[in-house]
Amino acid sequence: MNSKTRLFYLLPYVLWIGLFVVTPILLVVYYSFFDLHGNFTFANYEKLFTFVYMKMIASSFWYAFLITVFCLLIAYPAAYFITKTKYKQLLLLLVILPSWINLLLKAYAFLGIFSTYGAANNFLEVVGIGAQQILFTDFSFVFVSVYIFIPFMLLPIFNALDKLNPALIDASRDLGASAWTTFRKVVFPLTLSGVKSGVQAVFIPALSLFMITRLIAGNRVITLGTAIEQHFLVTQDWGMGSAIAVFLIITMFVIMIVTGTRKRGIQ
Amino acid sequence: MNKLTRAFIAVFVVAFLLMYAVSELNGSDRKTAGNTLTIYNWGDYIDPELIGQFEKETGVKVIYETFDSNEAMMTKIEQGGTAYDIAVPSEYAIDKMKKANQLLPLDHSKLPNLKYIDKRFMDLPFDPHNKYSIPYFWGTVGIIYNKDLMKGKEIKAWNDLWSPELRNNILLVDGAREVMGMGLNSLHYSLNDKNKEHLLEAKRKLDELTPNIKAIIGDEIRLLMENDEAAVGVVWSGTASEIMWEKDNLEYVVPEEGSNLWFDNMVIPKTAKNLKAAHQFINFMLDPKIAARNAEYVGYSTPNQKALEHMPKDVVNDKRFYPSPEQTEHLEVYENLGADMLAYYNELYLQFKMHKK
Repeated sequence: MNSKTRLFYLLPYVLWIGLFVVTPILLVVYYSFFDLHGNFTFANYEKLFTFVYMKMIASSFWYAFLITVFCLLIAYPAAYFITKTKYKQLLLLLVILPSWINLLLKAYAFLGIFSTYGAANNFLEVVGIGAQQILFTDFSFVFVSVYIFIPFMLLPIFNALDKLNPALIDASRDLGASAWTTFRKVVFPLTLSGVKSGVQAVFIPALSLFMITRLIAGNRVITLGTAIEQHFLVTQDWGMGSAIAVFLIITMFVIMIVTGTRKRGIQ
Repeated sequence: MNKLTRAFIAVFVVAFLLMYAVSELNGSDRKTAGNTLTIYNWGDYIDPELIGQFEKETGVKVIYETFDSNEAMMTKIEQGGTAYDIAVPSEYAIDKMKKANQLLPLDHSKLPNLKYIDKRFMDLPFDPHNKYSIPYFWGTVGIIYNKDLMKGKEIKAWNDLWSPELRNNILLVDGAREVMGMGLNSLHYSLNDKNKEHLLEAKRKLDELTPNIKAIIGDEIRLLMENDEAAVGVVWSGTASEIMWEKDNLEYVVPEEGSNLWFDNMVIPKTAKNLKAAHQFINFMLDPKIAARNAEYVGYSTPNQKALEHMPKDVVNDKRFYPSPEQTEHLEVYENLGADMLAYYNELYLQFKMHKK
């Protein structure tokens, strides 16, 4: 194949990336340097480092961290369990199935389930704990987010575990390692790539959640996504909104680099 | 080579689809060449049967599109892609659009039904002599509360909301102007206050309200109030009347410290292509019988005095939704604060939302 045809092969890809990935990002970066009146400025970035936005960034990271940790704690054992059963594909399908349903629809369903007279509180009443406020709390926010993100964490971990050669575990046990040591020294390091992909797929979107912060957390949780939405739709301060978006893009690159595996190279 | 061709086709198909979508979105341009009228209104803000009737009476074909915020509407009109002939902005948006030269003056000689509009709603500060706008609906911002959950206690003022008994029992509408306005009004400042000291004071006062706030949300307030989720909600009068339509034992009050009085108005944006049909439509909507039918469907208050005669007495005489001029005297209309001040309002609002219980 000469270089000309190779170029030809590359063209659709370049066109796609150029039109739908590079241009929008450049536009966001461009807008981030303008204030409300269309003057060139760095003020948007300066504002990003004030107390208010720093607090918002910290709380976004904190909630994204919580969501990722809970996803991991639930998804890893679940994936492990699924790989050990006979009906792998069926069980996997059942886990993925909810992600086919529209996010908004699921959020509204939780609005009903978690409400004062909803199913969750009815259950608590029957058990004898009594009704609690569940909706519009940190708990409901993290719970619903974890529920939504679990498939994205589970799939890569499942793939990594599935590919793991069982002979390695047998070898480890034969050589006298306990189940826990086997997991720590053999299983977990070999599935680390799956965990990293899962963390990327959950942590990054979780940073900029905004719809759930309103519906499920009643705006009691404010993330960077909420701020972007408000700047674009209400204040029409596209500069500030873009500056936050640029900050998120940079953060994502950093996370990619930190969690990216050597073999695949830095993304 | 097969794969390559497919990849190419895929990229081109997507590009063409997008181009087609753009031309469709901007397409009202070409279509208005015929006798069509493009209307841009808030969601669920007209009786759809009236559009059919208008089409039948005039032979004009109506294209109807909706928006959910003044800002979104203004952005789209500013871009000028679609040839909107009619839009329905709120008063502060009209001021902004006027200054940006986005509105066309109305020809009052083509609007004979204008005489039915209550004088009280004409010639308002945001549009002297109604040069650019005709009132469509009006209302207030107030407090809706559940009498059962309040156990007989009444609410009369904004400051009643700070009562410790209402802990975790208040729903707020997610709007910077509405919430900041509530804070300012509770301190007896104007809700158009531009004094940063006053605004900071209002923000601090709102922070004290956080233990009582259950959630700050949008249209979901309707659902939550109907399900007894909270005792108190801060809402627009129209939302309140819709909730009260579904459920008894609710009460709506306009707080005594003052509140917001708002007007949504029909305008002809500069993108308009069919001025004749636009005037015909405004005049049609001003017809008392039509306005009455529309008001009954939408549930908001009509400024059309003559239309009130065609509506049920108990609706028209309900002082909560048709307050007398004396009752609205102490209410304020939102002024266009300018981009910087609006940004400051939003900044404080964001900080208030971040304030933890």
